[in-house]
Amino acid sequence: MNLDYLGKRISGILTILPANVSRFDDEAGNYTFPREKTMRLKPLMGFEEHRIVEDGVCVSDLCVHGLRSLFDRGLLRKEDLDAIVLVTQSPDHFMPPTSNVIQGLLELKRDMICLDINQGCAGFEIGLLQAFALLDQASINKVAVLNADVLSRKTSRQDRNSFPLIGDGASVTLVEKDPSGGRIHANIQMDGTLRNALTIPAGGFRQPSTAATAVPEDDGSGNLRAKDHLVMNGQDVFGFVMTEVPPMIQSLAASAGVAMADIDWFLFHQPNKFMIQKLAEKLEVPYDKMPGNIVEKFGNASGVTIPTNVCLNLGARLKDERFKVCFAGFGVGLTWSSILMDLGGLDFCEIIDY
Amino acid sequence: MKSVLEILNGIRPEFDFSTSQAFIADGMLDSFDLLTLVSELEAEYGIRIDGQAIVPENFVSIEAIEGLVRKSVRP
Repeated sequence: MNLDYLGKRISGILTILPANVSRFDDEAGNYTFPREKTMRLKPLMGFEEHRIVEDGVCVSDLCVHGLRSLFDRGLLRKEDLDAIVLVTQSPDHFMPPTSNVIQGLLELKRDMICLDINQGCAGFEIGLLQAFALLDQASINKVAVLNADVLSRKTSRQDRNSFPLIGDGASVTLVEKDPSGGRIHANIQMDGTLRNALTIPAGGFRQPSTAATAVPEDDGSGNLRAKDHLVMNGQDVFGFVMTEVPPMIQSLAASAGVAMADIDWFLFHQPNKFMIQKLAEKLEVPYDKMPGNIVEKFGNASGVTIPTNVCLNLGARLKDERFKVCFAGFGVGLTWSSILMDLGGLDFCEIIDY
Repeated sequence: MKSVLEILNGIRPEFDFSTSQAFIADGMLDSFDLLTLVSELEAEYGIRIDGQAIVPENFVSIEAIEGLVRKSVRP
């Protein structure tokens, strides 16, 4: 469905990445496949290195670190924050909501809304859409959209399908009212019949974790993972992205009355380098307008890849310049979503380590 | 210029691709092999393979892969 908003803007983006770096070259020996075959994937998929949290680090740790950094530097005042929208698939607990954990740890005001949303690779867009809706309320003037995941902790290190591309991280995107802001156009679609393409089979109430669900098994092609681990059907996800994402972007641009050539940047979720290149080709967009360098530097941290993409590739430019940008995320659910908006004049746009 | 068979033999030298008509079902090519194959076909033949064409049915046999190469555009 198409959605549109008026009078809102993004005022700052901060990405928080674990300082711990894991390198593909060092991991290749963990897999059951011949090293030479595994190493062929390196240039193709962009497998270089990724950021992985140390044992025990949770989503709230990354988010608190990021928000505290903003408070300490005077880039955000606690009393100005009216809502936290946390998008994650790796909450600290089943209960309470991790957004409440963050609120409590930072001693934020009680007169605010804390929301957890269980979404992943389209989570940046979904978090923004929720923030835009909240900002229609007179009493809400500033929302922090937090995207955060530590899914390396749920990914088998002997699963070559998933582990090389997984990254951990968090982002804080501040969204606020802007009476002079232009119209924001969005599109979102979901198909739950494809839900098993990306899943963690055990650990919830449907199939609780047991000793048996922790035992790694061969998936038939040489990847070892347990039912407690993330599993991705790469072929199905690739086919879904190639089929659904290009028409969504073209339709969004058409409904907004914006020519594709007038979009300055296509800031897409980053599953792997190959897929981003194929999307650029399908949309007939030059590679340099659709940066695809996040997986190779940091890994794929679900909804965090887009803010990371913005901070790494546009960073300081967004303090003084303005661009017409198209965000797009696609993945778990399955869910695919895009937003076309103006981005610029930011108070901050940077990456910090945890 | 390498033939499709020569490229396949380079990716999975342990299999005899000249005798199968069902590379995927026979377990001779996995999803990462398909991406490696696409990359090598594009480089070898100077073509661009549409992302939507990267589906198993286009990689089941040498004939299917050669058909995909013929249909693909030159950038």
